[in-house]
Amino acid sequence: MLVVENLQLKLNGNSIINGLDLHVGKAEIHGILGENGTGKTTVANLIMGTNNYRPTGGRIVFEGEDISGLSVSQRAKRGITLAWQEPARVEGLTVRDYLSLSAKNGQADRIERYLLMVGMEPGQYMDRDIDATLSGGERKRIEMASVLAMRPKLAILDEPDSGIDIVALPLILNGITEMNKQGASVLLITHSEKVTEVAHCVSILCAGKIIRTGSPLETSRWFKNNCLTCPHINEPLY
Amino acid sequence: MVRYSVEKEYQGMIDAYQKAGGDKSALQSKDTAKLVVHENRVLANDGIRGLKIDTEETASGVKVNFTIEKGTKIDRPVHLCFGLLPKEGLQEIIMKVDAQDDSEVSVIAHCIFPNAVKVIHKMDADINIGANARFDYKETHYHGEDGGIEVIPKARVRVGKGGVWQSTFALSQGLVGRLDYDFEVFCQEKAVAELVVKAYGRGSDDIKILEKIHLDGRGARGMAKSRLVLSDRARAEVRGETYGNAPYARGHVDCMELVNGTEAVAVAIPMVSVTVDTAKVTHEAAIGSIDRKQVETLMARGLDENEAVDVIVRGILK
Repeated sequence: MLVVENLQLKLNGNSIINGLDLHVGKAEIHGILGENGTGKTTVANLIMGTNNYRPTGGRIVFEGEDISGLSVSQRAKRGITLAWQEPARVEGLTVRDYLSLSAKNGQADRIERYLLMVGMEPGQYMDRDIDATLSGGERKRIEMASVLAMRPKLAILDEPDSGIDIVALPLILNGITEMNKQGASVLLITHSEKVTEVAHCVSILCAGKIIRTGSPLETSRWFKNNCLTCPHINEPLY
Repeated sequence: MVRYSVEKEYQGMIDAYQKAGGDKSALQSKDTAKLVVHENRVLANDGIRGLKIDTEETASGVKVNFTIEKGTKIDRPVHLCFGLLPKEGLQEIIMKVDAQDDSEVSVIAHCIFPNAVKVIHKMDADINIGANARFDYKETHYHGEDGGIEVIPKARVRVGKGGVWQSTFALSQGLVGRLDYDFEVFCQEKAVAELVVKAYGRGSDDIKILEKIHLDGRGARGMAKSRLVLSDRARAEVRGETYGNAPYARGHVDCMELVNGTEAVAVAIPMVSVTVDTAKVTHEAAIGSIDRKQVETLMARGLDENEAVDVIVRGILK
């Protein structure tokens, strides 16, 4: 479904992404696990085309098409979407409006269901604005519901667990599982080994490069033993 | 009742209102108090118990005396509809409002100028809100795409002890043309004033906003809020002034202008003043571009860039 080959990004003369290779299969939950500053969000931006990031080398191929030169909208229309680590807030846009925009392809009547999937009561939230009156956790769950409503082919979830309390975390993980049940592939970007438990496969990112790929259990152990104790983050020895 | 001789003109106003996205049933319902004025002709004037609307046609417009009797609470909004369908013309509305003590009313004004090429619409309002009375006023404009219109609304509002004045002026459908908005409110003890202006300037639109609140009575509260979005070569100057002249008065000026593109110009001039040590008046003014992350968030859900900007602008001006 998604093939990233030798992806590179240089910003102001600094190499941020250094020959990254990644394969995400159809209906696969693929975790990307990495410490802060290893390039996780940059990878998300490069695949989605956001933040004006364009690769300085390599290819991003989605369903056989190189999408590197496409706009964010064009990528979304091909079935890719992104849930931000810190989702934007938009004054005057209600939760109902936001979910309806995502679900405009015939799913608008089911938007309440998507809120329930992430543990939010529609009657309490549907007419609220997605503005500063929502807590960070509420906004993240609405973001997840919006991705569910879009029924994408590939959902890139950037740190879906950050800012989420212990009670809400299972709801977020449930949202990821539901997305996958709908047939979506998920690129699950996180720094938490706990979150990668829902993945089928996990890659470890260091200094803008994938340094290891394997099962959640195996990579999680490796990450704990090597990355969390590593004195030279972003200077990989492997 | 609609006079037979002006039936066609009245229908024209209602059709234009509906075409602009309004709900025409509000203007057709017999249970709703309303006043419909085309150019200088009064086409409909339906009051209800406790509300008197007296009108006098003048050479260039209409004089309106709007009286809500003491203690009257009107459940359904009163609709005012002003407009001019030809391409050229002048409409001057001279309005006197007397909301007597303990009265309550919500007024929705629709101002319709769909074909304006050389039109002037002026309103001069003298408004009295009695003690513990409440008056909500929402004015929405529906303009065409020519921009050949000057809109000059001016109001002086006095709010009595414990009274409430809330007004919202919205102009986001069609080109603004030239707007010179000037509202000034004087609040007595524990009175509340809230002024909100929302406008979307495009083309060569020229927008001037002056919101002025005098907090003259003990514990009076006021807020002057504006939300503007400017594209193309549109220009806007917003002045929000609040004066805390009495003990425990509280005021706030809140101005946000978003500029989309490189040629539009936005100016914000907040002015706050306090003459009593227990009064407090604050302000915030922000001018910036439309947030790129907001745009990309909506684009990542499949909207084109222009659609995304439009959703954000409509949200801000809602």
